[in-house]
Parts: sequence; C-alpha cells; structure tokens
Amino acid sequence: MTLAKHLGIALIVGLALFLLSYKIGTYRDYQLAEFAAYVVAVAGLTVLIGISGQISIGHGAFMAIGAYAAALLLMHLHWPLELLIIAAAVVAAAAGGIVGVAAARLRGPYLAGATLMLAVALPSIADRYQGVFGGDQGLDINVSVPGFLGAAFPLTQWLAWVCCAAALITLVLLANLGRSRIGRSWRAVRDDEVAASLAGLNVARLQVLAFVVSSACAGVGGALLAIVTANVAPGAFTLTLSIGLLTAAVIGGLGSLAGAVWGSVLFVLVPGFLTNLTSSHGLSGAASSSVPIAAYGLVLIVVMLAFPAGLQGAVRRLLGTATPTVGTPLSALRRQAPASDTKEKGTT
Amino acid sequence: MKRSRTMAFAPVAGLAAAAMLITSCASSGSSGSGSSSGGSALTASAPGITSATITIGSHQPLTGIAAPGYDEISQASNAYFQYVNSHGGIYGRKIVYKYLNDQYNPSLTSSLVRQLVLKDNVFAIFNGLGTPTHLAVAPFLNSEKVPDIFVASGCECWDAPSKWPYTFGWQLDYVREGKILGQYIKQHFAGKKIGYFYQNDEFGQDGVKGLDYEIPAKQVVAKEAYDATNTAIGPLVAKLKAAGAQVVVSFSVPAFTALLKLNALGLSYNPQLVVSDVGSDAITLAGLLQSFAKQSHKTVNGNQLTQGIITDGYLPALGDASSSWIQLFTQIHSQYLSKLPLDGNVEYGLSAGYAFVQAMLKAGRNPTRQDLVNAINAGIGQGPVVAPYAYSATNHNGVTGAYLGIIDNGVLKPQGSVLVTDATAGGAITPDTSPQPAAPTSGIPAK
Repeated sequence: MTLAKHLGIALIVGLALFLLSYKIGTYRDYQLAEFAAYVVAVAGLTVLIGISGQISIGHGAFMAIGAYAAALLLMHLHWPLELLIIAAAVVAAAAGGIVGVAAARLRGPYLAGATLMLAVALPSIADRYQGVFGGDQGLDINVSVPGFLGAAFPLTQWLAWVCCAAALITLVLLANLGRSRIGRSWRAVRDDEVAASLAGLNVARLQVLAFVVSSACAGVGGALLAIVTANVAPGAFTLTLSIGLLTAAVIGGLGSLAGAVWGSVLFVLVPGFLTNLTSSHGLSGAASSSVPIAAYGLVLIVVMLAFPAGLQGAVRRLLGTATPTVGTPLSALRRQAPASDTKEKGTT
Repeated sequence: MKRSRTMAFAPVAGLAAAAMLITSCASSGSSGSGSSSGGSALTASAPGITSATITIGSHQPLTGIAAPGYDEISQASNAYFQYVNSHGGIYGRKIVYKYLNDQYNPSLTSSLVRQLVLKDNVFAIFNGLGTPTHLAVAPFLNSEKVPDIFVASGCECWDAPSKWPYTFGWQLDYVREGKILGQYIKQHFAGKKIGYFYQNDEFGQDGVKGLDYEIPAKQVVAKEAYDATNTAIGPLVAKLKAAGAQVVVSFSVPAFTALLKLNALGLSYNPQLVVSDVGSDAITLAGLLQSFAKQSHKTVNGNQLTQGIITDGYLPALGDASSSWIQLFTQIHSQYLSKLPLDGNVEYGLSAGYAFVQAMLKAGRNPTRQDLVNAINAGIGQGPVVAPYAYSATNHNGVTGAYLGIIDNGVLKPQGSVLVTDATAGGAITPDTSPQPAAPTSGIPAK
C-alpha cells in the first residue's frame, strides 16, 4: 500500500526530472547529477543519525569505498554501470557492517571519534597502495552513453538520469524501510535502548543493520559521484566532505529524507555560488577558499537557531503539517550520552 | 496511515522542488556559431568568443601545498594578457582569463573545469596546472572538443594526439628533462652514488624514466618517492642518507625541495642536489626555506641553502639583463605585477601567456576551437623559450630542450649551451647553438 504510493510519486517526480534534464543545459545536468549523488549519501546518513540514533562523522570514508570499488571493477572487469552501482552498495555495506559491529559498542562522542578516525585514515590507504589505487592522482572512471541514445547524446544528461533514478530508488527504499517494522524498532532503540531491549528488540543487531544500510547508501553516493566527475582520488573524500554530509543532514533536518534533499541542494549550490561571489569581489585565493566552509558554519548556526528541526522542519511548520511524534531530530543526538549510562545500569 | 502519506511525499516532493531550484538559477548559455570567413567584422565565432572578448579558463593551485610559487603563474599570465589588452588585444578582442583555485586536488579540478566549460562557456582551457589534477580533466576536455592548451605540467602524457587531439603540453616534458639532467650527472658525477627523490605520480615517474635512460643503473643506490599530501618526508631522507647517496636528484614541487633540504640539514647530510626546473626556482625556494625554518623557530639564510643546486632552465635566465625577453618581462612586471617578485614562476606565466597570444593570432580573426588546434598543430614560433617547440599534428609536446644551470647566491647561472633531445630512450642529446630570436619591440607576437 505505502510501497505503491511511494513508487507512484517517485515515478511522477522521475518523469518531471527526466523532462527537466532536457531543458536545463549540460552544466545544470552535471549539477543535478552531483546533487542526486549527494542526496543518496545524505539520505543514508540522516536515517542512521535521525532514526537509529547513531552518529557518524566519517561517512565520506564509505563514499570512498563505494567509489573505489566501482572504479576498480570498471577498470579491471569492465562491469556495466548498473552492476557497478550495486557492487558499490554491497562493498560499502560490508565495510559498514564491520564498522557497525564496533559502533554498536560505542556511544555518543566515542562513536563520533571512531568514525572520525575512519574519515581521516582511509584516504591515505590510496597513497600507501599506489599501484592499486593510483595514489593522489586516483583512478579514472569513464563511462559512456549507452548505444540506444546515440553517440551525440550528452553524457552529463545521461548521468543525471542515472543519478536521479538511483536517488529516487534509494529514497523510496529508505522511506519504506523507515515505515516498516525495522524503522519502528530503530526509533524505539533511539529513544530508549533499555525499553527497546525489554520489549524484545536486539539492540546491537538493529544498530549494526542501520550502519549497513547507511553505508550502502554512502557507497552508492560515492560511486555515482565518481562516475559523474569521471575520477576517484583521495582528495575527493577529505574530512571536509564527511563533515559536509553531516552538516547537510543536520541543516535539512535529521531523520527526514526530504531534509536530506534540502541539505544536498545547499551542499551543491553554495560553494559554486560563493566562489563566484568571492572571485568577483577580488578576494585573494587563500581567503576565498575558506569562505564556503565558513558559510556552512554560518548557515548551520542560523538554521539551528531559527529552525531546530532543520529546513524540512521549517517547511513542515510553514505548511502546518508538523509531526511531533517523529521527535525533534536534535534530541536524537542529545540523548546519546545519557543512553550509555542507562544501558550500563540496565544490562549489568 | 494518514501520516505515512505526508512522510512519503515529502522527500520526493523535496527532490522535485530542489531540482526546480537548480533550474531556476540556470543560465541561458547561448553560443553563437557559424564562422564567418574573411571580412573585417568580429563575430562570435565560437563558445567564449564575442566581438569584444575571448574568455579562457584555467585551474590553478592558489592555496594548498602546491601554491607557494605556483600561485604566481596565473597572475603573471593575466598580467601579460592585460598588457596585450591595453595594446589592442587580439584582433581587437580583449582576453578575459578566468582561473579558479583547485587547491591541487584532482576532484576539485574535475568540478571546476566542468563549470568553466559547461557553464562559463570558455573558449579554451589554458595552462591548467598540475599533472595529477589535469589528468582528471583531459579526457573530459577532449570529449567536449575544448582546446586544452599549454598544460602547466611536463608530463609526457599530454603528447597523445590520437587519443587527446585537443591537449597540448608546453613546458619541457619531464622525460626530456630527466634525460638532460641524467646526462649531466653521468658526465660530472661518474662513479658517485646517486639517489632519487621524486613525487609519487606521473610527474616524478616521468622524470625518473628520463634519468634512468642516462644514468647507469648500478650508480643508483636509492629511489624514494613522496606523496604530495604528506609533508613528513624525514624517513625518506634518512633512507637516502643511509644508502650513502652523494648526489640526490629531486623531481619535486618547490615546497618538497625545501623540505628535502631542511630534512637533510637536520640529519647533517649534505648531498649535491640536482633539482628539476619546476622545483628549483631560487627565489621561491629561499622564501620557503626561511618560512619552513621559522615554523620550527629556526632562522636560516635561504640563499645560502640554495647555493650550488644544479638545475635546468628552458626560459632565459632571470639574471641575464641583456636578453630582450628579460627586458620585456621586467617592463610588464613593473607595470602590472609589482607586488610579486620577478621570479621563475612569474617568468613562466608571462611566457605561457605569450605562447597563447601567438597561437590565437595564428588561429585567425574569427577563430573556431578547431582553428586554434590547427594553428598549434601547424607549429608556432619559439618566442621566449630557449629551444624550439615540438608542435605538429603528430606531436603535442612543447619545448624540446633546456640549458643546465647552477644556483649561485640566489641567481640561476646557466652552464654551457642549450641541449635538445626527444623523449625516447636512445634519442641523442645535442647542443642547439642557434641564437634565440629577440623579443618583438611591441612586446606582442607578430601576426
């Protein structure tokens, strides 16, 4: 029932995006593709944080895993595009499962710290094993337009279709997952681990599962991004990216998939807009390269002060469709630290 | 049930709305086409060309590890363009040079160059800086048929006219440079132990390839590669010392040449340094040495530390006041660029800008993108570089030779004549004694 509705709406939006891609020109197609790739990753992250109540500051690392998996499979085995994306999801999910096992034992700032380490350490593996991963230079990942579209069809438009389709499929899957028994269990775990385990839920298993789902999304997002930019290099997956994903999820509204979409819009549009703004005002290179990061910080502060439930919370409030039962997303994070105390008391 | 509908709708509706938002800022990039032949009217003959302007783009490291020194290059090219603009421009059109900061990060390069080509509709990408960075965009530029000219990197990879017909190198490629430095080492340091220090990408690897063509393998005792993202090179320098290398050849960007010197100093290790042109500008190095030493609360004399470094040059030596090119560059520098030192990077940017103007003038009054490519394929005059360009339809390498030099008291002193060679293993290295053509008095290449 819900699935049919979600699918119906996704089809309509997909059709709208399909028509749109013809109207907007290649650069906007490129941005649309980039944006859709971020939507996939941010949507996964917002489910992890907002619904299952675990934080990750290292989600860029899972994007890197997906991107490199796709690049290597294309390079050595020449897999077709759809298989590359699925493979990226599987490989990143496996990595997420391993991290998730550790994550299920960690709470609040410790989990943040552990995932942070992942974001910092993982890209340097590419430098360490230069023969496999191509070092700083990275790997090329060049796909071509499928034959039925003709050779003259713009690649960016095709990639915009692929990325938007992937984003819509991901959103439908995540929306249904969030409405399912698993989603409800995640919320129960997020709100009170002791109560959840007393109700018969396997808390650790649910938390690992959330990490697996979330990393699979990040892997797909990373692979899409790599395909869109035709290159995968450690420089794409810096700590700034991981923090940026987190910021996008928070600005959009934690736990809200629509919020993930809003957050990704800012993520794609703001840097370009600011770069143009700063260069037209003749700021020096050093100053202008710091402006986007400073702007993120500023937007984050303003959004948090004005709309604690993120942009999507603001939209809901304006439309009068506030859904208080979902819980204000920030409280999910705030609840982390005490949760560890209660768990210790409860289980020992 | 009711809530599930709003929840389900929200994300997809958001996606649609977001897409609308993106479109709403879409610019209507229109490009007039249809090259008019002859006539005096200036037309919008190609993307990026209007009747009044030629817009070109570039990616440059204005911040980050490769920025020291290299951030001057694009400003210097721009200074030359301003000089040309104020002296009538190119057939009356003014050059608009839009260079964006990619921080020497290939992923940023990728998105910035797409912005320049797809959104800003630049006519060409000029002098995009860096081997790893530019490799990320060369396939894209060629698939879009955008002239990708005079890449600011000596990677041999730009010479691939059948794979990348729109890409052209400019500076002396690292294989040729490696051969020229290698031959010098073979001749002057026979029997000595040689160590290599190089950047772990095609920049360093091409250099090593050229060195290996000339230096006997048994003399090479250590090959240490650094990653441009990791400044902790102490262990690598310790290995060079432990291997007993008496001569260290360095294919490095300036920051890492300075780090090599300082790390060696810390180990009381003082090998003869032979440094690739791109990492050896004396003024840049002296500044870097002093600022790095200051970070660890030490004071050093930059010029003292660069003393005796052996390197090569393919542009006139800055100290050569009798060169008409140095006179021209000094004049433009003092007029447009006085806040920067007149160092090797500034000279590089000015010279590359000169080469661009040469090519554009040759491409004709109302050029298409293909006209520019054809003009370079037909060959362009030597201009400020000391050896001829290799350009032809089947060769997209730039400068073919260089002179050797030794840094003495902060100034590069050329040694001997210009040596030219090719990029093959057996290709001879021969002296080029033909005198360099003088700079035009107007400072602007002849049409």
